[in-house]
Amino acid sequence: MSEIMSGLKKMDDCRWMIPQTGGMRVPGIIYSSERLIKEMGADESPKQVANVAHLPGIVQYSLAMPDMHWGYGFPIGGVAAFNLADGIISPGGVGYDINCGCRLVTTRLAYEDVRERVRDLIGALFRDIPSGVGSKGALKLSPKDERKVLIEGSKWAVDNGYGTDEDLDTTEDRGKMAGADPEAVSARAIERGREQLGTLGSGNHFLEIEVVEKIFDTTAASAFGLEEGQIAVLIHSGSRGLGYQVCDDYLARMVKHIGDLNIPLPDRQLACAYLESPRGKEYLAAMACAANYAWANRQMLMHWTRETFERTLKKGPRDLGMRLLYDVCHNIAKIETFTIDGKETPLCVHRKGATRAFPSGHPALPARYSKVGQPVLIPGDMGTGSYVLAGTDKAFAETFGSTCHGAGRLMSRTQATKASRGRAIAREMADRGIIIMASGKGTLQEEIPEAYKNLDQVVDVVHKAGISKKVAKLRALGCIKG
Amino acid sequence: MDRYRVFDHTADLGVEIYGKTAKELFANAAFALFDIITDLNRVRAIEEKMITAEGEGWDDLLVNYLREVLYLFNGEGLLLKEYSIMEIDPRHLEGKVSGEVFDPSRHTINTEIKAVTYHQATVREAPDMWMGRVIFDV
Repeated sequence: MSEIMSGLKKMDDCRWMIPQTGGMRVPGIIYSSERLIKEMGADESPKQVANVAHLPGIVQYSLAMPDMHWGYGFPIGGVAAFNLADGIISPGGVGYDINCGCRLVTTRLAYEDVRERVRDLIGALFRDIPSGVGSKGALKLSPKDERKVLIEGSKWAVDNGYGTDEDLDTTEDRGKMAGADPEAVSARAIERGREQLGTLGSGNHFLEIEVVEKIFDTTAASAFGLEEGQIAVLIHSGSRGLGYQVCDDYLARMVKHIGDLNIPLPDRQLACAYLESPRGKEYLAAMACAANYAWANRQMLMHWTRETFERTLKKGPRDLGMRLLYDVCHNIAKIETFTIDGKETPLCVHRKGATRAFPSGHPALPARYSKVGQPVLIPGDMGTGSYVLAGTDKAFAETFGSTCHGAGRLMSRTQATKASRGRAIAREMADRGIIIMASGKGTLQEEIPEAYKNLDQVVDVVHKAGISKKVAKLRALGCIKG
Repeated sequence: MDRYRVFDHTADLGVEIYGKTAKELFANAAFALFDIITDLNRVRAIEEKMITAEGEGWDDLLVNYLREVLYLFNGEGLLLKEYSIMEIDPRHLEGKVSGEVFDPSRHTINTEIKAVTYHQATVREAPDMWMGRVIFDV
């Protein structure tokens, strides 16, 4: 057992503390359960939580959510907030896939309406929605249009016929991050973004048809427009090659100037810049561009999903009633205001594999959700389904308004491929009533359900800890993967 | 001697690369990258590209060089089959690579490599043997 693991102090049933030692500026807190803590085994992520605590300007705690696993520099599932005046921003604290996130679309369809049509729908979605490695979208952006996408995000998509203004109301930040400056984005990133808008991507990204299986909180569910037996679509995608290139460019730049910080970093991948420095500001401006690209991307994916449903089921938009419940990102850094020592303080909150979970009454919420809290979308592993949670006051007070983001990997991709050797994964899933189509050769093998932590356990921790509350659970019926 | 070996890493893919000289190590590193991405038997070396990279030392140079090589695929769609390093020192590298543009009808993508990370990247020099380690985001 590592030194960090043996030094963990249990605070209550849901929290473990990493005491402040050595160069740590604050302690670390891991949200977890006895079982999930044990399962972590040799995973070095607790050490990464401690490493993040070394960074200048970190406020209160270096946090980790129960789906935590090893990442570069920051752990996946990590949350850390920094003072604007003396704090830093780190591309490794956001992740390569900037604004990777989820959106959930509800429908007026009931399970009985589509039970016999899931295979047709999945086949049509697989045909209509570009996915897979290096997949190109239906459109090639002109440099002028790409600039607009980077500045306007979802609004660009809606202005160009992909969806309606109502979709913007239920997108985090209305699908547009302020401060985006395309001049901060490299020619390489622009080039990679040109043909990939409106593509799902590969790896863990997916588009899934689900049925609402269980409602836990009827008030919140009714505000979210969810009921048992209802069909919904979950889309999980991000900023594609553009976001990757932005992260790669700025990481390299910050690694090169690591000496300028005048602080020893325990890991080069933690490379960062002061928020007030030109380099820090430039990364924020580029990151905002990638975030906006991702929102436009998911907006277009949703638009085509609506069209495919209409064509396949031969029903009009009114009958289908495909409404965006919410779109939320889980790889981002944002300037948000929290009460610290009784004072309203703007902070730069890094959420890397963590989801915003703002409480009822917060001004960032759309009016229709202001009484119940922000919808939080938690995707499961391939073909498991997902959870809808709601943000809470406790999250706002304890975790900088953040909660978990998914199941979190348990096995490496190579381990998963070994574990699935000789198995027909698509058939196994079909036997469980889930239709899966994937474009990548090894995707199904790498993404087998047992490669991930148990989603129920992860969600139970955040619910019990009070940093979000369960609203509904959805079961997967069919899924397309990149 | 193997040119490289894969080691396991949660969520990602690590490689240990070998070479008799620094030049061979760096050429083998690019081979490892593309051997993981695709079946190189189906790739022809018909398009040539010059490559340069800079670094603060061998470790940094290895990562920056592989970032350049990977961009040729992720940004320009080139699958690379042949790699030669003409000039190398701990801060600078010049090389020549060749391959062809990815054609879905003839080529397969076995594993997508999305990024080359700085995490625990190292280069070690021993008599007659260079070894490098790097972790890919997949």
